[in-house]
Amino acid sequence: MSAVGELASIVSSRKKGGPKEKHPDNKVGLAFMTPWLLGFLGITLIPMIASFGLAFTDYSLLAAPDFVGLENIRRMIADTRLHNSLVVTFIYVFVGTPLQLIVALLLAVLLNQGMKGLSFYRSIFYLPSLLGGSVAIAILWRQMFGASGLVNQIAGMFGFHDLPGWVSNPDTALGTIILLHIWTFGSPMIIFLAGLRQIPEMYYEAASVDGASKVAQFFKITIPLLTPIIFFNVVLQVINAFQSFTQAFVVSGGTGGPSDSTMFYTLYLYQKGFTQFDMGYASAMAWLLLIIVAIFTAINFFVSKFWVFYDD
Amino acid sequence: MTDLQLTSTAADGTAQAPGRGASTSGTASPRKHRPRQMGRRTLRHVVMILASIVMIYPLLWMVVSSLRPNDEIFRNPSLLPISLDFSNYERGWESLAQPFSHYLINSTLLVLGCVIGNLIACSLTAYAFARLKFWGRNIAFAVMLMTLMLPIHVVIVPQYIIFSQTGWVNTMLPLILPKFLATDAFFVFLMVQFIRGIPRELDEAARIDGCGHFRIFFQVILPLMLPALATTTIFTFMWMWNDFFGSLIYLTSPENFTVPLALKSFLDTQGSSDWGAMFAMSVVSLIPLFLVFLFGQRFLIKGFATTGIK
Repeated sequence: MSAVGELASIVSSRKKGGPKEKHPDNKVGLAFMTPWLLGFLGITLIPMIASFGLAFTDYSLLAAPDFVGLENIRRMIADTRLHNSLVVTFIYVFVGTPLQLIVALLLAVLLNQGMKGLSFYRSIFYLPSLLGGSVAIAILWRQMFGASGLVNQIAGMFGFHDLPGWVSNPDTALGTIILLHIWTFGSPMIIFLAGLRQIPEMYYEAASVDGASKVAQFFKITIPLLTPIIFFNVVLQVINAFQSFTQAFVVSGGTGGPSDSTMFYTLYLYQKGFTQFDMGYASAMAWLLLIIVAIFTAINFFVSKFWVFYDD
Repeated sequence: MTDLQLTSTAADGTAQAPGRGASTSGTASPRKHRPRQMGRRTLRHVVMILASIVMIYPLLWMVVSSLRPNDEIFRNPSLLPISLDFSNYERGWESLAQPFSHYLINSTLLVLGCVIGNLIACSLTAYAFARLKFWGRNIAFAVMLMTLMLPIHVVIVPQYIIFSQTGWVNTMLPLILPKFLATDAFFVFLMVQFIRGIPRELDEAARIDGCGHFRIFFQVILPLMLPALATTTIFTFMWMWNDFFGSLIYLTSPENFTVPLALKSFLDTQGSSDWGAMFAMSVVSLIPLFLVFLFGQRFLIKGFATTGIK
């Protein structure tokens, strides 16, 4: 079961009564768990609570935090750059993620047809997803989609001369980062491929005996049996996409430009918290991000009841 | 480009529609269908090869361009002619405050610290979750899985404040220490899954021989979970070699920069002038990743697939 599936089953199967479980390993368990417990408390839980507290303060590292009540929230409601960064991030998440997953799924299905050279193609498609998060690739992207970059040079060969730079045009800059995101479809593709392997061949044999077409088989067998994995990919990719940072930072040179068109929410948060040291505001922003991610994850889990098909 | 991929793969799928029926019920007339099947197979390979070229071309072009004079990078979109002009590498290596090897060493130290931390802390935690029965285990496990989905931003500001008070800002400790405290839930989960697959009879045999949990862990489980440890090592390597957000926040002075920060400062100082040198150092930064990919692919794919599925 995947991490997402396991979490869902733990949350939904809280035991009601029943025989008491025995805990023979309390002491040794504590010993093994000490690093994690310290980390959870010191690196995660306490900072989380502190961050919640800071969200109601004005704090710049230099002086003690100054309690300002709901001032940060009032500022967020009035902050049009923040609203813009939310729009940019939502476009990125809800355009980039579905496209990336569709490409991943289609190529996984195609690769799963028992092709010769499967492992070769798989490697080629997987490699970009390992490199895609690096600054080096973001630098490459900046050149490729620049005014005289690779893309416009190739366009010039087809007669499209003097196209403007894609990264310097507010209408297209975000598109180039979404394209970079799609380019890294390899890791969800690998997960899809592993899922496809688990679908018993006999289902397809039975279906073709009954005369089902390949398309029908895809929609009636492959997709339904793959829904738990699609679900897993959707949840994780949406969570990850909300937190994307490096590509927008490097492609825009840390500014989120041109005219804030690549100002991702995390990039704005970074600017507020770590270049302007407006840390109370940054904490409030971080909590809004957490709430947004939690809401979309909850929606995903809720909606999954209607489309995810569990075999057992 | 992606549109093209989408439509062509979809078209291939439809073209194949009668394919499977033909191949299984085809015992009646196998010969009749063979040419069409060959055609489909060729078409599928054509689609795959085109997609592969689209995927890999930017990388190849960057490597080839890094070996070309600067002005040619903006004139020649093709891979040919291949020149072997290493002057970009010489210039790039020396054009920051420190030689590029300095940043490579910093990144190596960071990765090493994080790998060791993850291997020790995550395997201990995973053993407890997979094998021990203690109070609150299920809740702790659920909490751990939830931290997998927690945005780092919601803890980064107070973490920064804590580490600035302990005087650790501008050192690698804020990046390495959390790994020794098993904060990478992904690897804990991966190892839990792996340990669950190891037959319990082995533990029980060891217990009958008088082993305690620590000996069972070190002498029975740990040697058997080498594949999971390898996967953890490789992923930690890849992620920390690329780590940008954390490094950007904590490593402030140039002599502590890791490779991603060095590349970023390249972009700041060079603006858009010396692309040749920037490409060259970008290629250098990708070589270790590529090597790990080449030799560790088996573990990467397995690790990813198992955490996703089983």
